[in-house]
Amino acid sequence: MAAHPAGLEGLDDTGSRTEPVVSVRGLTRAFDGRPILDGLDLDIAPGEFTALLGRSGSGKSTLLRVLAGLDTGVTGAYGVRGSASVAFQEPRLLPWKRVLANVALGLDRPRSAAVEALREVGLEDRADAWPLTLSGGEAQRASLARALVREPDLLLLDEPFSALDALTRITMHGLVSDLWRRHRPAVLLVTHDVDEALLLADRVCVLTDGRIGHTAEVAAERPRHRDDPELVALRRDLLTELGVDAEVPA
Amino acid sequence: MSSSTLELGSRAATPRAGRARRRRLTAWQRLISPVVILIAWQALSATGVLPDRLLAAPTTILATAVGLIRDGTLITATLVSLQRVAIGFVIGAVAALVLAFVAGLSRLGENTVDPPMQMLRTLPHFGLIPLFILWFGIGETPKIALVTLGVVFPLYLNTFAGIRGVDPKLIEAARTLRLSRAALVRHVLIPGALPQTLVGLRQSLGIAWLALIVAETVNADAGLGFMITDAREFLRTDVIVVGLAVYSLLGLLTDGLVRFTERRALAWRRTLLD
Repeated sequence: MAAHPAGLEGLDDTGSRTEPVVSVRGLTRAFDGRPILDGLDLDIAPGEFTALLGRSGSGKSTLLRVLAGLDTGVTGAYGVRGSASVAFQEPRLLPWKRVLANVALGLDRPRSAAVEALREVGLEDRADAWPLTLSGGEAQRASLARALVREPDLLLLDEPFSALDALTRITMHGLVSDLWRRHRPAVLLVTHDVDEALLLADRVCVLTDGRIGHTAEVAAERPRHRDDPELVALRRDLLTELGVDAEVPA
Repeated sequence: MSSSTLELGSRAATPRAGRARRRRLTAWQRLISPVVILIAWQALSATGVLPDRLLAAPTTILATAVGLIRDGTLITATLVSLQRVAIGFVIGAVAALVLAFVAGLSRLGENTVDPPMQMLRTLPHFGLIPLFILWFGIGETPKIALVTLGVVFPLYLNTFAGIRGVDPKLIEAARTLRLSRAALVRHVLIPGALPQTLVGLRQSLGIAWLALIVAETVNADAGLGFMITDAREFLRTDVIVVGLAVYSLLGLLTDGLVRFTERRALAWRRTLLD
């Protein structure tokens, strides 16, 4: 029943069999008596990049909010080992703080760490800018820097690229991939974009009827290309799981 | 070929530049009517059509103003009035901000503070003058109390609304950053409520001056209101107009101060309007 195959633990850099960062058992969340999450099980190993796909309203953001500690009205068992950071769909920067101050907000390490985080996302020259003057892509990069500077064990990404234009999104995919490889947090990426999930994740889970209904391992080498035959095959499966007719050319 | 591009360029530039120049050229027109009114007023006074006991001539008013400044009357009166407004305003503003944060930060606080505030808010507070005189006598206290009361409500209502109006998504994001409650208040709620608070501040300052004028006119033995009431006894319309002019200058000045603060404190927003 657990969606987490034992073999995945081999992905850990140290090679040791470590406890999962995220461990969820029988998680149920109902809104007005209607269960959105219904007995969901999920494990995420340290450093593992998991993408969570689901149709709109399937409860994928609800699961992320539970793991972020923003929704406590649940039954079942869940735990996050270590610290978690979140990057939301909207960057949610405080408009009255300059970019650097946003990244450094509540940070318990030196401010130079925030400067370094901005450099990593390529935003060091916008450190003194007001958030309202940033482009959508810049704001989202600042939001990523704010999440990563805390060196989280778990990075929760709630559709962080869905509001960006297609070209910016491609750049951001590369950036997230780089940052993940460098810092190796466990990642839970909530998305409705099958290609995005396949390009970035080790494992793609599909959320249907309140549970992980389908899991696909993505073994393809990185950097990945969307035309990779393995990804093409997986895409077809995943779209079928999501109830979309994959035979219609995109 | 190059001439046609030039022509295109100049044609594109002309309407905007031309409009600005025309605005500059016509700006002086706005001075005509006030000057005409002043001249007419002076002429009516000089010919005796407008008697001094109804309204003094502009030149008389100007001379009186200079005289009142020279002999120190105006300065003393202004300082007395300013002090009343300042004390009343500070007490009212502190009370309003404390109450707004108590009500804004917790449900219990809201249920405790908000109902009496909403009830008292509907009282016509100038109607309280008789009670204030009974309670506080006719000294400084009732005047300051009236200013305080005028300041409290607009500032409380706006600050409370400002705190509650802070985007919940930002509060949520702050929670994921593990901000303590104190840090949440300092970094998210106070700056988030600030624009609305400053709107309240401007309203309260306006009401503070109004409350002072009413209080000083009803009874006073010093200050601008006293100067004006005293002048009425001697039909000195020139002194009355000077007093009124000082009131409006002081109102303009404090409003300008708030607007200056707004520009500084809300710099993050200004870029949005540019």
